[in-house]
Amino acid sequence: MESFKTVKSIITPLDEVNIDTDQIVPKQFLKLVQKSGFGKFLFYNWRFDEKENPKPDFVLNNSKYVGSHILVAGDNFGCGSSREHAVWALQDYGFTVIIAPSFADIFFSNCFKNGILPISLDQKIVENLQQTTDPIEVNLETQTIKTSSDEIFFKIDSHMKKILLDGLDDISQTLQFEDKITDFEKRSKIPSVL
Amino acid sequence: MGKTLFEKLWASHIVVEKHEGPSLIYVDRHLVHEVTSPQAFEGLRINNRKVRRPDLTIATMDHNVPTNDRSLPILDQTSAIQIQTLEKNCKDFGIKLFDTNSPNQGIVHVIGPQLGITLPGSTIVCGDSHTSTHGAFGALAFGIGTSDVEHVLASQTLWLEKPKSFEIRVEGKRKNPHAVTAKDIVLSIIKNIGTGGGTGTVIEYCGEGITDLSMEQRMTICNMSIEAGARAGLVAPDEKTFDYLRDREYTPKNYESLVDFWRDELKTDSDAKFEKQFILHVDDIVPQVSWGTNPGMTCDVTDSIPSPDEFSKGDLNQKKSVQKALDYMDLKPGTPIVDIKIDRVFIGSCTNARLEDLIEASKVIKGQKVSSTVQAMVVPGSQMVKKQAEEMGLDKIFINANFDWRESGCSMCLGMNPDILSPGERCASTSNRNFEGRQGTGGRTHLVSPVMAAAAAIKGHFVDVRELDLN
Repeated sequence: MESFKTVKSIITPLDEVNIDTDQIVPKQFLKLVQKSGFGKFLFYNWRFDEKENPKPDFVLNNSKYVGSHILVAGDNFGCGSSREHAVWALQDYGFTVIIAPSFADIFFSNCFKNGILPISLDQKIVENLQQTTDPIEVNLETQTIKTSSDEIFFKIDSHMKKILLDGLDDISQTLQFEDKITDFEKRSKIPSVL
Repeated sequence: MGKTLFEKLWASHIVVEKHEGPSLIYVDRHLVHEVTSPQAFEGLRINNRKVRRPDLTIATMDHNVPTNDRSLPILDQTSAIQIQTLEKNCKDFGIKLFDTNSPNQGIVHVIGPQLGITLPGSTIVCGDSHTSTHGAFGALAFGIGTSDVEHVLASQTLWLEKPKSFEIRVEGKRKNPHAVTAKDIVLSIIKNIGTGGGTGTVIEYCGEGITDLSMEQRMTICNMSIEAGARAGLVAPDEKTFDYLRDREYTPKNYESLVDFWRDELKTDSDAKFEKQFILHVDDIVPQVSWGTNPGMTCDVTDSIPSPDEFSKGDLNQKKSVQKALDYMDLKPGTPIVDIKIDRVFIGSCTNARLEDLIEASKVIKGQKVSSTVQAMVVPGSQMVKKQAEEMGLDKIFINANFDWRESGCSMCLGMNPDILSPGERCASTSNRNFEGRQGTGGRTHLVSPVMAAAAAIKGHFVDVRELDLN
């Protein structure tokens, strides 16, 4: 995974609450066996009509937001299905930061495995950010968001911060604890399935 | 101070604990299916890693399998490739697979308990959010993404932040337990606490309203914990739990000694403190019907569609989302639920496709016919459920009533296979999510219990199933 760099871009406002992962990537695209190329399916049913023409009212079809790397959405973003395809689609489309008042747990965890920084902020601050038209700068190192008029501090778990900054491979880190895993297995009461 | 059941499960699975940040938690059971695993196996291959514990890993195909004649080839090439990929991955990495020809095939959250793979006191993960189902047995069970599937395959562990403990106490006795079901209890809970009400928590369901339930009903409750945003749902195991798992195909040989241990250990101490609490009184609850595009948008069958103002109680974001939901669902505020006509009925899914669900639904339709304007189907949760139902003659009851009787799979719960709604079609569904387009682009889903779905199939519109004779 690539390490997370400071992001400066305009924001894409998606002013809706409870956006579920079925909307982020509809099920017909879950049949693929690779991780790449999901960006074209992002918000597919909101973005395209039955004839696959772009729906002009949907924010991603507004040329103003082309090249934006920061999505600002409503409360409980990413609820529902555990499909990591949702994160692959956001990332492949070009989003590296998602800001919302809150996130669903599985989606939140999936973000960190794919180099996406999810930031939870107070509802009022999110609503203000949604109105921002100038580029904003997200700095993970200093945990700050700089807007043209303001500097906003955000919280992040130190372990998760390190994962993103270092672009660490989670599994090789874990396998350094192999002895402890083996010890655990020796004292575990739960037997094998087979 | 005492510990909650969740805290005990957590503590007994810590492999590495640090001063702060996530802990490394051991996984006792890893369930794998075709949709969220291919990229994980590919990751293992790229890094030249093997599966650490194939003996703790079980695979089946459920999300993307057709539910018609199993001897026919899968016509959709992308689906066929995904299914073949799981077969190859299981072969290459030495994992036991219940494929579509196996009598043990079925929805992963139906077969786990049915085969005795799900055990109290264990940790269970799967690349599927409804893994919370297994919590009904006193297991800590939750859904994970594909990166975590790879992590578990390689290390049999996961780094996790400890969730908070949330007690949901279900008090009282339902007046008509055949008509007011576990589904109505859990929909009532979600309606009250909201789809984000459980975020960051593990829910323990307790109280008389829960201990009264059968294991299959408890699974329905725990299954939908994720629809309230919770990481997992739990019920403390009791004799019903231990009886359910006794003598299953994969029940451990030392089961009775495990039961002795679980009986003492797996309960919340009387002086334990939960970080959050909610109480639901079930004496007066009635059958529930969802009307919107998330499971929290639900009301009593005796109610009418609420107005955005009424439902959102002054929250502008909520008001906007209710308006959008009503537009999508093509419903007007003030319309009585029982006046809503339906086109399709789906009895299936990991929420409500177990034997008891089919028995209860069959009582509603026995000797009757599906309304001429409705197309109805039953998709048993597993091939074993299907066989048991057929031995009881339930298939005849459904078929005589003009229901389709299918092979098992996730089917129209998420519509990855050919079982989907057409745009604009309205469905009474026993599944768990009424999200936009979930059952088919443009499709409109109303979540209900199996008996409510069956009654709607007969009448062609929603009815209060309490008005029917179910005994």
